[in-house]
Parts: sequence; C-alpha cells; structure tokens
Amino acid sequence: MMGLPAATQGLFPVPQLEYQNLAPVLIVLAAALLGVLVEAFLPRTARFRAQLVVTFGGLLIALAALFFAGNTDGVIAEGAIAWDGPARFLQGLILVLSFVAFLLFTDRKIDPGRDAFAPRVSAVPGSAEEQSLTEKLVQQTEVYPLALFSVSGMLLFPAANDLLMMFVALEVLSLPLYLLAGMARRRRLLSQEAALKYFLLGAYSSAFFLFGSAMIYGYANSLRFSEIAAATSSQSASEGLLLVGIGLISVGLLFKIGAAPFHEWTPDVYQGAPTVITAFMAATTKVAAFGALVRIFYVAFGPVREQWLPLISVISAVTMLVGVIFALTQREMKRMLAYSSIAHAGFLLTGVVALSQKGVSAILFYLVAYGFATIGAFGIVTLVRDGAGEASDLSAWAGLGKRSPGVAALFSLFLLSMAGIPLTAGFPAKFAVFSAAAASGASWLVIVGVIASAIAGFFYVRIIVLMFFTDPQDDNTTVAIPSLATAISLAVCAGVTIVLGVLPQIGLEVADRASLFIR
Amino acid sequence: METITAASGTTSLTWLLIALPLAGALILLGTGRVTNKWGHLLGVATIAGSFGVAVALWLNLLSKPSEDRAVRQFLFTWLDLGRFKVDVAFQLDQLSMAFVLLITGVGLLIHIYAVGYMKGDDGRRRFFGYLNLFVAAMLLLVLADSYALLYVGWEGVGLASYLLIGYYQTRDTAGPAAKKAFVVNRVGDIGMSVAIMLMFAAFGTVTFQGVFAAAPGASSAMVNGIGFMLLLAACGKSAQFPLQSWLLDAMEGPTPVSALIHAATMVTAGVYLIARSNPIFDLAPTAQMAVIIVGLITLLAGGIIASAKDDIKKALAGSTMSAIGYMMLAVGLGPTGYVFAIAFLLAHGFFKAGLFLGAGSVMHGMNDQVNMRRFGGLRSVMAITTATFGLGYLAIIGIPPLAGYFTKDLIIESAMARNPIIGGLAVIGAGLTAFYMSRIFFMTFIGKKRWTEDVHPHESPWSMTVPMLVLAVGSVASGYLLMRNNTLEKWLEPVTGFVEPAGSVAPAVMTGISLAAVAVGIVAAILLYLRRDVPQVAPEKVSFLVVAARKDLFGDAFNEAVFMRPGQWLTRSLVWVDNKVIDGAVNGVAASLGGLSARARRIQTGYTRSYSLVMLSGALLVLVLLAIVGR
Repeated sequence: MMGLPAATQGLFPVPQLEYQNLAPVLIVLAAALLGVLVEAFLPRTARFRAQLVVTFGGLLIALAALFFAGNTDGVIAEGAIAWDGPARFLQGLILVLSFVAFLLFTDRKIDPGRDAFAPRVSAVPGSAEEQSLTEKLVQQTEVYPLALFSVSGMLLFPAANDLLMMFVALEVLSLPLYLLAGMARRRRLLSQEAALKYFLLGAYSSAFFLFGSAMIYGYANSLRFSEIAAATSSQSASEGLLLVGIGLISVGLLFKIGAAPFHEWTPDVYQGAPTVITAFMAATTKVAAFGALVRIFYVAFGPVREQWLPLISVISAVTMLVGVIFALTQREMKRMLAYSSIAHAGFLLTGVVALSQKGVSAILFYLVAYGFATIGAFGIVTLVRDGAGEASDLSAWAGLGKRSPGVAALFSLFLLSMAGIPLTAGFPAKFAVFSAAAASGASWLVIVGVIASAIAGFFYVRIIVLMFFTDPQDDNTTVAIPSLATAISLAVCAGVTIVLGVLPQIGLEVADRASLFIR
Repeated sequence: METITAASGTTSLTWLLIALPLAGALILLGTGRVTNKWGHLLGVATIAGSFGVAVALWLNLLSKPSEDRAVRQFLFTWLDLGRFKVDVAFQLDQLSMAFVLLITGVGLLIHIYAVGYMKGDDGRRRFFGYLNLFVAAMLLLVLADSYALLYVGWEGVGLASYLLIGYYQTRDTAGPAAKKAFVVNRVGDIGMSVAIMLMFAAFGTVTFQGVFAAAPGASSAMVNGIGFMLLLAACGKSAQFPLQSWLLDAMEGPTPVSALIHAATMVTAGVYLIARSNPIFDLAPTAQMAVIIVGLITLLAGGIIASAKDDIKKALAGSTMSAIGYMMLAVGLGPTGYVFAIAFLLAHGFFKAGLFLGAGSVMHGMNDQVNMRRFGGLRSVMAITTATFGLGYLAIIGIPPLAGYFTKDLIIESAMARNPIIGGLAVIGAGLTAFYMSRIFFMTFIGKKRWTEDVHPHESPWSMTVPMLVLAVGSVASGYLLMRNNTLEKWLEPVTGFVEPAGSVAPAVMTGISLAAVAVGIVAAILLYLRRDVPQVAPEKVSFLVVAARKDLFGDAFNEAVFMRPGQWLTRSLVWVDNKVIDGAVNGVAASLGGLSARARRIQTGYTRSYSLVMLSGALLVLVLLAIVGR
C-alpha cells in the first residue's frame, strides 16, 4: 500500500498477497507465459530446447520456492487460498508428478515420426497437408506451455479456500487438458473425438459446480469455506438450498475424479488422448481434484456430515464396483487402465468417508502410490508398439515377458502396486485407506472395497500371466528403445513404488504430518 | 519366558547375515553377463562371509549366561497404522542361532560343491544368484521376530525353490514339477495367512513375544485353530501328509538344490515353525496330537515310497519326507520332544546333505543317470563317494556311535514314553529306514555292475569331494557333539523348554529294540538285493504295496481328488458366473440405463449425449439421495 497515492486508497482496497506462499503457482504461470513467448518469437528449430529449459526449469524453481515458502499454516490472499499441510503436500506432489510425466513428453525416439504429438493439430486428419508435415518431420512444442498452464491450475485447486477460487482453478486446469487430449499423432480422429467429448462433458460438469456454488451462496451468504461451515451450524437459512448446493458441487467434483456414475468420459478420453498426456492427466488431475474434494467436504461441509456421508459412501462403493467389473472385460490396454483408475477413485473415496485425520493422511499417501504407478504404467504403454503405433490390444502383449523381460517386469511391478500386493506402494496405501474407513465405522464399505480389490487383483494378474505365461500370437509387436528421459521417468516411478512398498513408513509419516486442514 | 535385550556390540551385526547373500543375489541376478566369469565365486564369498558372521555371533552368545542370550535387532518400522504395526526386526536366540549355523554352514559347503557340479552349465551365474536368494530368504525366515516377517521369508524360500526346481528349462518335466511345488505350497500358505489373521484378531499383534505373552489368555478353540493353521502351513513347506507330493517331483532341480533346499534346510522350515510356536502348541493339545499323527503317517509313508523308488534322488526324497516325519512327531510331543527334534534336524542336515551330494557325485560320473537298476559296483571306481555316502547311510539308520543313533533314538524313546503305539510305529519306521537305505547303498555301490554301455564312471573333482568329506565328518560326529553332556538341551532350554521323557521302558532296552528293528531291515535288504541279482528293468509283477509305493502312495490321485478337482470346479463355476452373471449384470445395468438392450454397447462406445444423460440421471439420483437422508 505504500506506493499508492493517498487518494486511491479508499476507492480500491489493495489486496494483500503473500507472494512467498503463492510463488510456486506464480512461477509455473510465468513459465507457461514464457513458453508462449518462445512459441511466438523463436525459430522452430530452437523451440524444443528452449521449451525444455523453460518447462523443467520452471518446475524445479517452483519446487524450490515451495520448499522455502515456510510451514506456518494460515489463510492467505485475503482468505481465498489456504496454506496448510494438505495444500503444500499436494502442490509438491503435483510438481513432482508433472516433472516425471513431462519427461515422457520429450521422447523423440519411440515413434518414427519422432514425438507423440500431431505436427499441426489444425491439419485435417489424413489430408495432404498432414502427410507433408509428417514427411518433413515437423515437430510442434505447444504442449509444454499448455501443460504448464494446466499445472498452475492444479496447484491452485487443492489450495482454493472459496468456491470462486476453486472454480477458477478448475477451469484453468481443465481447458488446456481439453486441447492436449486432441493432439495425438496417431489415431487422430479418435483423439479429436476424445477432446471434444471431454470438453463438452467437462463444460457440463462445470455448470453443475457453478450452479451448486450459487445455491450455497444463497444459503450461506458467502463463498468462503469457513463461513459456509459457520452458517451450517447456525441453522438459520433454508436446508434445501444447502442440500441442492452440496449435491451439485459434488457432481462437478466427482466428474473430475472420475467417480461413477460420472465416469463415462474416462475410458474414451484416456484411450483417445496421446498416451503421454493420459499419463500426465490421469495422475495429476486426480491428485488435484481429490485435494479439492477432500478440502471442501472436510472444511466447508464437515459440520453437516450426516447429510452427505451416505451419498459419498454409496458413490464410493458403486465406483469401486463399476471400475473393477468393467475393467474385467476390456480388450484394450488404455481402457483397462482407465477403468482401473476409476476403481482407484472409489478406493480413495473410502478415505473421504473416514472423515478423520487418518483418512486424510491415507488419501495423501494413496495419491503418491497411485500417481507414480499410473505414470509408469502409461509410460510402458508408449513403448509396446506395432506397425500402426501403440499396440493397444491386449493380445499384442502376450508373451512380452519372453521378448522383453525387463519391460514386462516393470509393467508387472506397476500392476502389482495398483492391485495392492505387499512390498509395492499400493499395499500400504490401500491398507491405510481401508483401516481409516474401518476405524470410522464404515465396515460395510471396507468389505465392498476388499471384494472389489479381489476382483481387481484378477484382471491385473491376468495381464501379468498374459505377458509371462502365454505364447505370443503374432510377431508384429515390438518394444521400442526409449530415450534417456523416458527411462529416467520410468526408473523414478519404479523406485518410488518399491521404496514406498518396502519402507512405507517414510511416506506415511510425511503424510501424517501434512494431514491437518486449516479452517 | 526368557528376556530379550536389544542388540549391541557383536550382535548388532545380525543384519549382515541376511544382507550379504541378498546383495550377492541382487548383483548376480541384476548385472547380466558382466559377472558370468566370476559370479559363482562371489556367490560362494557372500555365504562364506555370512557363515563367518554366524560363527562370531555364536561365540558371542556362548560367552553370555544362558538366560540373557536372546537379542532383538530393530531395523525400522515397516508399517505403522495405529493398531496394526509391523517392524522389520530380527530375533537372534538359541533356536535361530542353531538354524543360522546350519543354513550358512551347510549352505557354504553346497555352494562350494556347486562350483564343480555346475561347471560347464551356461546359467551358472543365475544358479548362484538363486541360491544366494534362497539363503537370504531362509535366514530371514529363522531370524524374523514376528509371524509377518517370517511370512516374507517363507514366501521368499518358496520363490527360490520354485525358480530352482524349474532351473533346467529345457527339460519337459522341470516346468510342471516347479508348478506343482508352487501350487501345493499355496495350499499350505493359506494356513499361514489365516493363522496370522487369527493372531491379529485375537491378540492384536503378530510378534512372537506379543503372541506368546497373550496366548494363555485366549480361548482354547482359538489357540487350537491357530495351531491347526500353523500345522497346515508346516505340512506344505515340509512336505508332510497330505501335502507331501511336491517333494518327489522337486528332484527335477539340480542336485545341489536337492541337497540344500529339499533336504537340509527349507523343508525343515515347518519343524522350525512349530518349534518356534511352542508356547501356542503347548496350550493346544488337540493341535499337538494332529502334529504327531501327521508326523507318524509321513514317516511311514515316506519310508514305503523310498523302498520302491528306483530313481536314487527320489528314493532319497522319500527318505527326507520320512525323516522330517520323525521331526514332526518329536515337536508334536511337546517339551519332551522339541530339543530332540532340533537335534535330529541338525544331524539330518549333515547326513542328508552328504547323501544327496554323494548321489550328485554318482550322477556326475554316470552321465546324469539316476536309475539305480543301472548302477551297482560303483565302490571300485568312486572310493571317496562310497566312503562318504556309506558314513551318511550308517548315520541315518542309527548305527552307534554315528549321528543318527544319538538323535533319532531319543525321538523313539520319547515317543514310547508318550504312548506305546506311537513308539511302536516309530520303531517300525526305523526298520523301514534301515531297509530302504541299505537298498540304495547296495544297489548303487555294491553288487554286480549293471552299467549302460556308454558310461565311464570316475571320481568327482576335489571341489565336490571336499564338501562331501566335511559333511561325512559331521554325519559321524554331530550327534555325539550335540548330545554329549546334554549340550543342546542346555542351549535350547530357555527357548523351547525341556522335560526329561519319563518312560516305563528303560533307555537301554529301547536302544536294543530299535537296533533290532534296524538289523531286520538290513538283513531283508541283504536277502533281496545282495543275495539275488537286481533286474535291470523294474519287474512288472509286484505286490499292491510296491505298485502303490511306486505311485507315491497315490499322493497325486489324492491331490487330484481333494484339491485339483474342486479347484477346477470352482474356476469353472467362476468363469461361468463371470460369463453369465457378471457379464449379464453389466449388460443388464447398461441396458436399463439406456432404456434399450440393443443399445447397451453404444452406451459404452460412444455418444456424448448419452453420457450426459447418464450424468444428468446421476445428478438427479444424488439429489434424491441427499433429500432422503436430509429429511
């Protein structure tokens, strides 16, 4: 306020911003803008290197900024943003997961057309223009700033402390993802269809969220979570507005995490999007959206838990069952992994139902285990190919263990972690959410969860059996030699999965310390 | 109950016991061809290091008063979720120390032997990697301080055993044998996991200390239940009735594996498990009786099977089953038997490993043949092997003053003290042992040469004979050294307790009875296999008992009827449920949502408008649910 002329002070209340705490978000945003400038002003040949420097440099500086931002909990940015354990933990996780996923973006060795993205997204699929661009090996680098914009939204999403900020973050993270989903180099029609579908349904769900926010504002006369919570205990306004508001906001958030019955976009989008983009968004979107979902239910709607607990419990059970049952009959690897991620949303929701600090820390740990296994699994999917690109049909994976035992073993590791087998990170994660839910009295939900895990174990192990104990059906399948970046990314994912499986206590303790929401 | 102190000084090296072979396994299996040239030497070196640590620890324990010997080394907390807490911590006490010495000592000898035996095999580095992995897992099994960590080692030895049985990938029979061992062991593992769950449910802990402290307060049904589940686990791992059938097929693995894993160490894990769980079994007489019955059935069945097998390794495998049956019988006897079981187990580790290495030496000289009907007269060309095998043979049948005499006779005595029927059956087992071991020895080393034309038998290289000689010394002396002045009783007493068996028959009389049984066995073998010519082809016209014994006493038929057919039926019905019920339900749900069953698949593949319709219905359901709950 010092620098402003005295006369303007009364007219424009200057918001007080804690730049130190906002730095991670702002740095990623700045890097994204810098990336746009790189696209605009640098010659095409120089862009790739420049984008790498900007993107990875930006993420690293943001991580450093997060590290030095301080651990004092508080509500910042005039109450719009919460600075607490879950926010810091999830921001760090999103930055690291993005870094690992972006490493996959940079691979220019796997595909004969070099990277995984269409040379010009606006070119009509199958047209002469596309053909000539492909022959000239034209590469585009717009994905990096777009993905960074999305990351900035994700960083804000789990930290948002009022409904408006949450909505803005939701849109900032979603819009670039809609574009990114349409950028696949191969099977472009499928990719474009996925992008459009994702956009339409995403917009639809945003409308639910916004409408719900309006209802809540009508009820509580505020969008701030703490004030919504205060209003629910004063019992003055109409209960109906609150219930409708909770319902509609839930729909918007449950769509983002891919919970049934709002999950149907997931398999189509995961399948159609470039696989490296799928790896990125499957991991980070779920982290960000769960952060937001848990915060809103714990902080804003915590006092009226009896109202919504049955709803979320039912959705959790339905999501687990839908995910695993549909995954059983999939013939396509990416769709199978999509249904598996739906099932994981259900498992994670059991932690929400726990509604305890143990539940929050279990969710945080689960997100770490899930995020790295997911990026690793989709990363492997990019390697297994046939003549037309990625060999997506399950039959192409038969006998992979005999030809490429290393790749098959790595994929098995990620699948075992998703199945929750001991000595991988998935086991303590699943154990933690289930025991938190059981401790809060949701035994029936835990039983459903254990049954769903058993079914899930079946289709994960089926793929391992397929890879190691079935003879290959055709010889078209090849396993590409990845670039160093992809190899590093896969190694990090495998390392985290094993270390957190063998020594889960490290992760559980950090998650425990970060599990208290500021109100 | 003895006190357990935290590890310090020398005992803080306990973790190295496991870390060395584990590092060896990781290096050998992880580096690929780089280590082909010297990988086997690294494999031997890690076990030698481990054995050195074991000896140092043993001397350290000896220097302390007997009740203060047990130590616990805490490494880190693996999982801490409120009520459920699992530490990675090792418990080094007298019982685990005995096993550690056996595993590293015999393991070292067999590693050295395998250097010569596997020479010229392309996969020698991989083989040593698996062996190191096995030793690490087995040490984890006996050093764990909780059932959960023991289970990790339990599965680890199972994995190593599976990999090693199937080691000769080019043989058609190796794969199925490995699979069989894997599947049968899973049946036993169900017992292990159920036992752990029961303990957690009843006591809230799975550490040995916690469980044993809480066990006296539990209901007798619970303790017996845990006991039966532990027995099931032990039956799987130790090849006891009714889960014995995998051990005979496991002889497909290389002979050093048969010696180390399927004779000296891994198969005794079940005995360890029950001896370790002695506070539970002492509270569960019904489960204890079941242990005795299982041991008796197996010791007789193993002896009968061993008497009819012409394959030298399978005959020895039957003998292993029978010997472990004795150990099970002994641990089933309670505090009178634990010490004798461990004594016999240690002595058996020496002579059975020696016998298997001898069999391997014979195979080495005879172009890998195993049919004893084509052996005979080998003593003339393989003097060292004949001598070491012969000492092992005399030791196992209990000729004084060799190891078997000091250890097995005590088991028979305690059995007789418990009940004359149990004791009588154990005596018959001793006679059987004398018969089948004499048969093996006569058919292989004595009598006429019945060799096939293409063999040129010769003595094995020193890297193989030296371990055999060392083991032969053990077969001769271990029994006396263990039992002299009640050494082992005093050593193990703080862990397992000890009660002198009080029998009505005087020990000297008992010794006379069992020696008479042994004499009958030997004479029968002389009449059948030395006085008469051994046919080169197994006779077809034989009694039912021989037919049954050749078919492993119908163990496979039993498995098929009890485990395989119900299992297949279950899988088939699950597939049916999957096809009809689950798919049907999936289709049904989708159809009802779309309104038309013909469009069921379209919901899955397609239109944004139908997706949004589902979302809208979902939103309405959410609101309805909230309205119902909110009222």
